[in-house]
Amino acid sequence: MGAEFVTLSLTPILIGVFAAIACALPGNFLILRRQALIGDAISHVVLPGIVVAFLVTGTTASLAMMVGAAVAAVVAVVLIEAIKRLGRIEPGAAMGVTFTSLFAGGVLLLEQTDTSAVHLDVQHALMGNLESLIWFSGEGWGSLLDPVALADLPVELPRMAVVCALVIVFTIVLWRPLAITTFDEGFARTLGMPVNLIGFTLVVMAAIAAVAAFDAVGSIIVIAMFICPPAAARLMTNRLSHQVLWSAAFAALSAVLGYVAAGYGPIWLGGDYAVSAAGMIAAVSGIVLGLAVLFGPHRARVGEAVGEG
Amino acid sequence: MNNFLAALTLGAGYNSALVAIGATCLGVAAGVGGTFLFLRKRALVSDAVAHSTLPGVGLAFIIMVMLGGEGRSLAGLLLGSAASAFVGLLAVSWITERTRLAEDAAIGAVLSVFFGVGVVLLTVIQTMSSGRQAGLESFLLGSTAGMLFSDAVVIAVGGAATALATVLMRRPMTIVAFDPDYARSIGIDVPRIDLLMMALVMAVTVIGLKIVGLILIVAMLIIPPVAARFWTDRSSNVIWIAGLIGGSSGFVGSAISASAPALPTGPIVVLVCAAIFFVSLLAAPDRGVLAAVLRHRAFQRRVHRRQGLLALSRGEPIHDVMTLRVLSGEGLIRADGVATETGRSAAARAARDERRWDVARSLYQDTSLPGRYDGLTAIDTVLTRDEIAAIDREIGGPAALDIKGAS
Repeated sequence: MGAEFVTLSLTPILIGVFAAIACALPGNFLILRRQALIGDAISHVVLPGIVVAFLVTGTTASLAMMVGAAVAAVVAVVLIEAIKRLGRIEPGAAMGVTFTSLFAGGVLLLEQTDTSAVHLDVQHALMGNLESLIWFSGEGWGSLLDPVALADLPVELPRMAVVCALVIVFTIVLWRPLAITTFDEGFARTLGMPVNLIGFTLVVMAAIAAVAAFDAVGSIIVIAMFICPPAAARLMTNRLSHQVLWSAAFAALSAVLGYVAAGYGPIWLGGDYAVSAAGMIAAVSGIVLGLAVLFGPHRARVGEAVGEG
Repeated sequence: MNNFLAALTLGAGYNSALVAIGATCLGVAAGVGGTFLFLRKRALVSDAVAHSTLPGVGLAFIIMVMLGGEGRSLAGLLLGSAASAFVGLLAVSWITERTRLAEDAAIGAVLSVFFGVGVVLLTVIQTMSSGRQAGLESFLLGSTAGMLFSDAVVIAVGGAATALATVLMRRPMTIVAFDPDYARSIGIDVPRIDLLMMALVMAVTVIGLKIVGLILIVAMLIIPPVAARFWTDRSSNVIWIAGLIGGSSGFVGSAISASAPALPTGPIVVLVCAAIFFVSLLAAPDRGVLAAVLRHRAFQRRVHRRQGLLALSRGEPIHDVMTLRVLSGEGLIRADGVATETGRSAAARAARDERRWDVARSLYQDTSLPGRYDGLTAIDTVLTRDEIAAIDREIGGPAALDIKGAS
């Protein structure tokens, strides 16, 4: 755990942890509302969003990309609603129609434009590039106190930290309305809560987390973190507050373990090269969920015995 | 354009003809197979199935290389993808059955985790010195460039077999999709039919990997049935129409993609399919948006006509622009708003109908009749002539009405 760790691994791990927590928090509510796949849909439509943003602005500046992705996410949510209502189609199918069509459009645009000069391709969008976020000036733990070196941190780290903080604040501030609308929409309406607005805010928050995380770590982690840690947490407890804390812990654990397993695991096993960190983080979160499915204390439905049945 | 026509008639070269045939078979199989998934309201399970093929592709490649092979045999890779898709499917049903998590959470968890494992395996393969590793990424988005004849045969035969199996099993699958309890009561093994349904979806996914890729194959399973549903209310017709939509988007899409460079087959096929969906959403009779708008307009006209006629019969002035337009359009009033001869008689009929309804609603209070009063339905379409005669006696005979009516 010396200077090399600070240079190569510290920032990717921190970015991974922030991204994982930022996605896992809204994921708790999405799962309880049976909207878990919104995260999946959003992370697919991010691709056309960034391609269009690139075509319009001509740059791959992060701000343009993020605005494009966010616009695409909102467009997708509106389209899903429109198709659901106009065509009287069940939500899952409406979602499937929307995000696959938009994704196909994004791939086509990408093929049609010459983006070979810039770093913009489907694989990057899917898998992210966590390993490349190296802190060149970080020459040891002492660099954490060195303002010159700190200024050279990969820009993704402060951005992801800000988004993560934003999501945490959002969750705390809107805790009561979110919890009440999630569990008892009718009761929330009688209290005069703007139920639809709260639902839409949640989706927008999820979209912001997804877009920011996507930029740094790719869409696999985004989808996995929206669903796996909250799902595992759901099997650990019956209290919403505990579930949210569990999910944050699971998310952080998956990010750290996954990164370490991807970066150092193959070397420990005698290999020469690291494997994809994004993929490994998703895999670890899957293992966590698998363990929760097998041993979680609250895994059964209410009224059913734990175990067989 | 000429290239496009040539491709449409399978004349754009050997390879694109192969792709077109393969894509058409795939489209038909996907449309037909996806219909049951859609009717069962489990459309997004196909997303989990599709994404969980990736680790199988990677593992199959690694195993084939370890056994000393080249690693790129399409049949071997597809076999591997089918195996891991099956494991993914089992995981989805295991999570939904064993825990309190809903199916959508299980789908999302399985698709992201399997896909993540697949990506890890792809990076492992990239570091392997042996084997021609390039090309496995093409399963993500499909790649038809340089498709071999043997590949096309695998796809065409697989697609045809899947479509045939679906058609043969459509009766039990339809019953299970609509009413699992009834299906159980007549002796259908519901879990087995569900499994069969999923096996068909798996087959379509695996066959489609080469052409459309695992991310977009979901579109071929979901969009055709959703689009077909707009055109008909009969499930048997949904199957055929979905097959037709899937097949034609496969065919037209591959022709477009063959007509110019930088038009990847998978996305183009999906976009053609999406275009058909939007046309269906807008233009389908009865369920389409356009039909709904027209229906609403017709309803509006009837309300305005009726209310305008009642106003005429009471001698009240009409100010509403739409009412005036409707009435003058039918020649019931003149440009200055005064009722014409036909307008007066129509107004009298409307007034009489309204009064008959008033009486009928108090006479038949304890029946369902008052519920049928909407201010638009003519009473003689609801009651018999004798009943209306009884009501007219109550009103006091038509003489009272003749004062205002046409003489």
